[in-house]
Amino acid sequence: MSAHAEQRPLTKNIDLKRGPLALKEYEAAGGYAGPRAIAAGLQPNEVLERIKESGLKGRGGAGFPTGLKWSFVPQGPDSEQQKYLVVNADEMEPGTFKDRLLMEGDPHLLIEGMIIAAYTIQASRAFIFLRGEYLLAEKRLAQAIAEARAAGHLGENVFGTGFAFDIVLHTSAGRYICGEETALLNALEGKRANPRAKPPFPQVSGLWGKPTIVNNVETLCNLPGIIANGVEWYQSLGSGGDFGTKLFGVSGRVKTPGCWELPFGVSIREVIEGYGGGMQEGYRLKAFLPGGGSTDFLTPDHLDTPLTYGAIGELGSRLATGTMILLDDQTCPVGMIGNLMKFFAHESCGFCTPCRDGLPWVDAIFRDLEEGKGAHKDIAILQDHVGYLGPGKTFCALAPGATAPLGSGLKLFADEFETHANSGCPYH
Amino acid sequence: MQHKLISSSSSRVLSAAELEEIDHELTLYPTKQSVGLEALKIVQRHQGWVSDESMHAIANYLELPLAELEGVATFFNLIYRRPVGKRVILFCDSVSCWIMGCEKNKARLAERLGIGYGETSADGEFTLIPVPCLGDCDKAPVMMVGDTMHRQVDPASIDALVEGPGNKAFTVDKVGGDE
Amino acid sequence: MAKITVDGLSYEVNPDNNLLQECLSQGLDLPYFCWHPCMGSVGACRQCAVKTYRDAEDKNGTLVMACMTPASDGAIVSIEDEQASAFRAGVIESLMTSHPHDCPVCEEGGECHLQDMTQMSGHNYRRYDKLKVTHRNQDLGPFLNHEMNRCITCYRCVRFYDDYAGGTDLAAQASHHHTYFGRFEDGTLESEFSGNLAEVCPTGVFTDKPFSEHYTRKWDLQVAPSVCTGCAVGCNTTPGERYGSLRRVVNRYNSEINGYFLCDRGRFGAHYVNTDNRLRSAKDAAGMTLSTEEAEEKLAAVCAQGAIGIGSPRASVEANFALRCLVGEDNYYSGESAQNHEALQWLLSCLEDEAFSCPTIKEMEGADAVLVLGEDVTNTAPRVALALRQSVRSEATRLAAKARIPSWQDAAVRELAQEAQSPLALFSTGATRLDDVASTTLNADPASLLAAAKAVDVRLAGGSPDYDALIPEASSGASKGETMQAVESVCAALIAAQEPLIVCGSHAGVELMRVAASIARTLSALKSAPCALALLPAEDNSVGHAMLVRPQNTLAAALTKLSDGAASAVIIIENDLTRRAPSAAVTAALQAAEQVVVVDHLNTATTRAATLALPSTSFNEYESSRVNYEGRAQLSFQVSQYPSGTKPVEHWLGVDGALHSASLIARCSAEAAGFASLPKILPDALTRVAGLKVPRQSHRYSGRTAMNANVAVNEGKQAVDENSVMAFSMEGALLQQDASVLASPWAPRWSSNQSITKFQAEVGGELKQEQKGVHLLTRSVQSAVVEPDSHVVSGATDPATKGELGVHFVQQIFGSDELSAHSPAIRERLCDAYVALSPPQAASLGATTGDRLVISGTTTELSLVVRTQTPDTVAMIYPGTSAAGESINALDLPHRITLTRAPDQEAGAASLGLAALIVGDAVFSHARAAEE
Ligand SMILES: Cc1cc2nc3c(=O)[nH]c(=O)nc-3n(C[C@H](O)[C@H](O)[C@H](O)COP(=O)(O)O)c2cc1C
Ligand code: SF4
Ligand code: FES
Repeated sequence: MSAHAEQRPLTKNIDLKRGPLALKEYEAAGGYAGPRAIAAGLQPNEVLERIKESGLKGRGGAGFPTGLKWSFVPQGPDSEQQKYLVVNADEMEPGTFKDRLLMEGDPHLLIEGMIIAAYTIQASRAFIFLRGEYLLAEKRLAQAIAEARAAGHLGENVFGTGFAFDIVLHTSAGRYICGEETALLNALEGKRANPRAKPPFPQVSGLWGKPTIVNNVETLCNLPGIIANGVEWYQSLGSGGDFGTKLFGVSGRVKTPGCWELPFGVSIREVIEGYGGGMQEGYRLKAFLPGGGSTDFLTPDHLDTPLTYGAIGELGSRLATGTMILLDDQTCPVGMIGNLMKFFAHESCGFCTPCRDGLPWVDAIFRDLEEGKGAHKDIAILQDHVGYLGPGKTFCALAPGATAPLGSGLKLFADEFETHANSGCPYH
Repeated sequence: MQHKLISSSSSRVLSAAELEEIDHELTLYPTKQSVGLEALKIVQRHQGWVSDESMHAIANYLELPLAELEGVATFFNLIYRRPVGKRVILFCDSVSCWIMGCEKNKARLAERLGIGYGETSADGEFTLIPVPCLGDCDKAPVMMVGDTMHRQVDPASIDALVEGPGNKAFTVDKVGGDE
Repeated sequence: MAKITVDGLSYEVNPDNNLLQECLSQGLDLPYFCWHPCMGSVGACRQCAVKTYRDAEDKNGTLVMACMTPASDGAIVSIEDEQASAFRAGVIESLMTSHPHDCPVCEEGGECHLQDMTQMSGHNYRRYDKLKVTHRNQDLGPFLNHEMNRCITCYRCVRFYDDYAGGTDLAAQASHHHTYFGRFEDGTLESEFSGNLAEVCPTGVFTDKPFSEHYTRKWDLQVAPSVCTGCAVGCNTTPGERYGSLRRVVNRYNSEINGYFLCDRGRFGAHYVNTDNRLRSAKDAAGMTLSTEEAEEKLAAVCAQGAIGIGSPRASVEANFALRCLVGEDNYYSGESAQNHEALQWLLSCLEDEAFSCPTIKEMEGADAVLVLGEDVTNTAPRVALALRQSVRSEATRLAAKARIPSWQDAAVRELAQEAQSPLALFSTGATRLDDVASTTLNADPASLLAAAKAVDVRLAGGSPDYDALIPEASSGASKGETMQAVESVCAALIAAQEPLIVCGSHAGVELMRVAASIARTLSALKSAPCALALLPAEDNSVGHAMLVRPQNTLAAALTKLSDGAASAVIIIENDLTRRAPSAAVTAALQAAEQVVVVDHLNTATTRAATLALPSTSFNEYESSRVNYEGRAQLSFQVSQYPSGTKPVEHWLGVDGALHSASLIARCSAEAAGFASLPKILPDALTRVAGLKVPRQSHRYSGRTAMNANVAVNEGKQAVDENSVMAFSMEGALLQQDASVLASPWAPRWSSNQSITKFQAEVGGELKQEQKGVHLLTRSVQSAVVEPDSHVVSGATDPATKGELGVHFVQQIFGSDELSAHSPAIRERLCDAYVALSPPQAASLGATTGDRLVISGTTTELSLVVRTQTPDTVAMIYPGTSAAGESINALDLPHRITLTRAPDQEAGAASLGLAALIVGDAVFSHARAAEE
């Protein structure tokens, strides 16, 4: 375990046994140091440089370098002056439960991160796109925003900097596709949440056609630490080319499922067996999705891999959200994949053909396999869809996400698929 | 290009509370279209669901095309265009909850309430709706009933819910229910 | 120009376009669905996938959607690549999973873009054996069927209907594979361009309802290039006939006029030719049927006696010219109302004036500031309205270029531009259906509008600093302040524009037309370039007719001559005079005349007054030409043979050369001023391969030997058409890629109308060998400059007697046009004659929408419509077309009226109600108005 294992910049204030820190307490614990540093004269481009140097990558799934993304926002007198910051707090990826923790546990951290981000890109207004079902997060965020506003941390003159910035808390009416950043923008505009073509990227033409940055909750929660403690400190956390800490989670048949903030580079085994307490009595780990429902299966052979974007990528999967879903030996792998396929088919926005019409076919095949009505040709059709729905073929990354567990599962559980095609599901 | 036939027959009158909230949203978003979706949520919060009459009322108030508003209302999972029970059960059946046995809970709900997905119990108390992953996977299986999260749900907790205070149809003693 | 390589061959392409469009322009076959040349790309269907390669070294390539990829210089592309082909096959397989197996009973079959693409992509076996998604269909009114199960979710319908045409009642609903395209609830589609959905939809979801009621496959329709008679725009159409009846009208691509789209009046209005209201045999004064020979004899007798002639704006150039030949130019009179006649004289002089240019529809789309004066184009020249709706997007295109977003990236351009629009100013008495995209609307009584327009002119000319004195203090619509503001913003917009456009028309009245021209002249001086001025006449051949008539030969003069006894016989062609002059004058004239010969294809009040009524052919039954608002003459070919007993007007009139249209055209060009270039509209017969004629029937036309089996078992001789380059036959020159006489495009692998790309020099551009008609008038003169008389304000402030209202006539797209109003589908969209009043006026009468009002001192009854944007001193009257096909003669009504509630509130038995009313502003319903 890394020397900085005890450093928990994201969750240090979180104690599930009590509510989140109120503004005063948060500040007493060193909060809002970032905006204060800004008030002390830090210029937007200086912040941008720091974030770039820090190597922070987006925690929404794609792992895109945050500073680089921000640098695409046109600045200067000729640029569009109205810019927006949008927080992606939609968190609907199956098996993902990390942003909820941050928002329920320490809403001021997110607000502080937002102020830093908004100042950097010079956005006067931000929208938090919050999953509608997250009622507690909504309540706590609303309260924290009100506190911050009352304290002048938000409003016409943030921390006395002359910078005007405020936050609108938007609760979603529910669709996984809203997590896709351009679909999210359409949802905020009150439209059907179909994704948009890129280019143009939101950084250039986003919300209401204005330059917009969309960042994940966890990404933004990294910012206060970086500004307060510096790039060096940040880079000293983590290893294997990824810096800082990350929320890692485990769900499934482990003894103590949960979500923990750990530095990058911690091994999968440490998370599952150490923090997760290992498998429950009578269950064996068969395989797992390392970063939520849109990642490729890994197996117990991979347990000693360090959790970094690079190392997991080398195995042909993705770190993505860092929340692992475990498949045990008594759960049907075909059923598990089928469950994911049903989700993806239902959550397809219906805009592009392969996803809209391909996934329901996949879903229907899984239902037939489950009920013993499947056939071998169905497995070939599933295989076809792995390629057909893959990256670059569909309009957005939803369908390719579905092909990750499907493609890897077809390979890994070929025998089980055969059995299903022959005689239905043996697990019930 | 709208043919705006101002008629009150197919529309309801938005309540003062609804209007106040909608007007507030109008100060937060630069377009009425954005507020259209907000208004759907607001009306649903007040009415439980969004009726045709409410659709007309919102469209009229915000001057939005009705068909487009319907396109938005029917796109999102959490806008109910049909009446729902007093409490909506948002039942997570996504992968982690499935692994942890949510199917048993679903069967128990069907057994106790006589409803499947999209249905409302005969007493009008519960409507069962599947919901994608609720983001509480370490406490799977989970479901939301009304505004409350229920975690590590098992058939016994379903029984407790169904028999809990305030449920007319399924409490033996009907005295003491809500309203 | 850029060079790209596609499957090893190199092509010169336009880098401003996307790869799909450029591949199609090069004649390559690449399947697609969601892209449309007028609507750009959104990348939804994924059917147009191709491989692109970074460089010659790149062997793997990247799969991209051609429609979303710029055709940039040096691009290396493969359509045939195995992976790309396999992916496209996958897309079509997906699209077909829920598609029904109903091609044999589907109206789209045989001209279905989906069928074409399915074959092109190589999908011929269905692996999908799961449940299909099914939908409930909606009743969308009299024009279109709805069969959602056939939907492939390409989003073209809503992109056309909403984004392009501004409709609001059709939208995408639900999501994932349940996505549904429909209305909020069953009901008639409101857009007056809804019919285009039948052509925009690549499969059979939206199909032509009147057509399917009497359905024939595309390949069994006899077709010929035609021109719409619905208004003065002259959109190009292809009517299809089978077994002697007109089955449908579809768009015929013309790069300068209608492009890909028609209005619903044009598409569904032509069916009047099949109705009982046709005059099908010659009749004498007593209404007794005459044989053709008897009729001809009687006509000869009238001619011998000497007759005057009254022409018609709804009769062809040839018919009018033949009448003029017959009666002599001195005795040939206008068939136009006094207002239109005067307006047309002005219009003609403007068409010859070098200060102006007359924009094509395509050019109107590109205007970057538009001022419409008085004319409600949606209801009088609908295709113009669709073009003006596009013009406001000029600003979006400009912004996109600045942000380096290609103009074909449709969604991205819209998102970037948001509400930013090029200016469109509408000065009109009431609301119009373009108000939603207007930057300025000024609603006021006609006199105040005129004053405001003059103020625009004075202000533009930099004249009189107190131009505001022109604007009356009190107008019943906009306040003086609002008017001033409108004037200011219009002037600013017009001065800033690169391509300003002024639109007016004869419905707006000649005074406003004069001011429109004056404004355009001022602008052309300011910009030292001719200014686009579109003056819209009322009917399909208003201009051609007016060009033949001497200015002093007005209809009033003709009627006077008859009632005075100065002439005893009259020949009237294709004209119902009760729509053109006050009833009393018409009646007096027709009663005084000894002989009234009326040649028409319709039964009208005028044919009923005839002593000799002769049945003529309708527009689709003979070859003829018409002159549109631009002064552009276009030839319309004969589609069907003459119904028995009928013949073209010019044949009845039997002037020399009339039997051969080319010789009549030649004679017209030689004898009639302004028509010198008319013969250029004729296709050059000499260039045809081996002198072959162009078949009107497709090469797959079926049943020729059997179709008359119920009449006679022998195969009748094919009708011979000596008159035309077209033949009533399936044999003849195959016009592959030659569009000179193109009625119905078809190309190998492309049976749908998308095959038009094969005939275009470049997609969305000109057709190869396109026959665009000819502009008859050349610009050489400066017409009389009419100085806006700057200090007199007419009318507006005349103190009206209490309760008196100024009459202003309004039009309805469905109903105001005489011919289309007889079409069964259009008839379902008619509403009662009505008078629109402002809410306070209605309240003062204690009346509400739907109540019946009487014009005091007359027996004329109208339904009341309470419209929010009506000026208080104006009664906006729609004279209507009743269920019996008749309308109130607007010319009988006084200029100022008072209204009272009708004693008997029951609407007449023939009442159409107001349900079909479509207007641009809010209408107070009964219930609501009563509350207030
Ligand atoms: C179907 C789909 C769903 C997504 N859902 C989420 C989500 O719930 N939360 C999130 O932060 N990012 C989600 N993303 C990723 C976002 O599109 C985007 O990359 C991210 O918000 C960027 O933030 P980051 O740079 O801070 O990671 C999703 C992407 C796709 C394609
Ligand atoms: S892949 Fe296509 S249909 Fe699926 S969610 Fe993305 S855009 Fe929508
Ligand atoms: S035509 Fe290119 S994606 Fe539809």
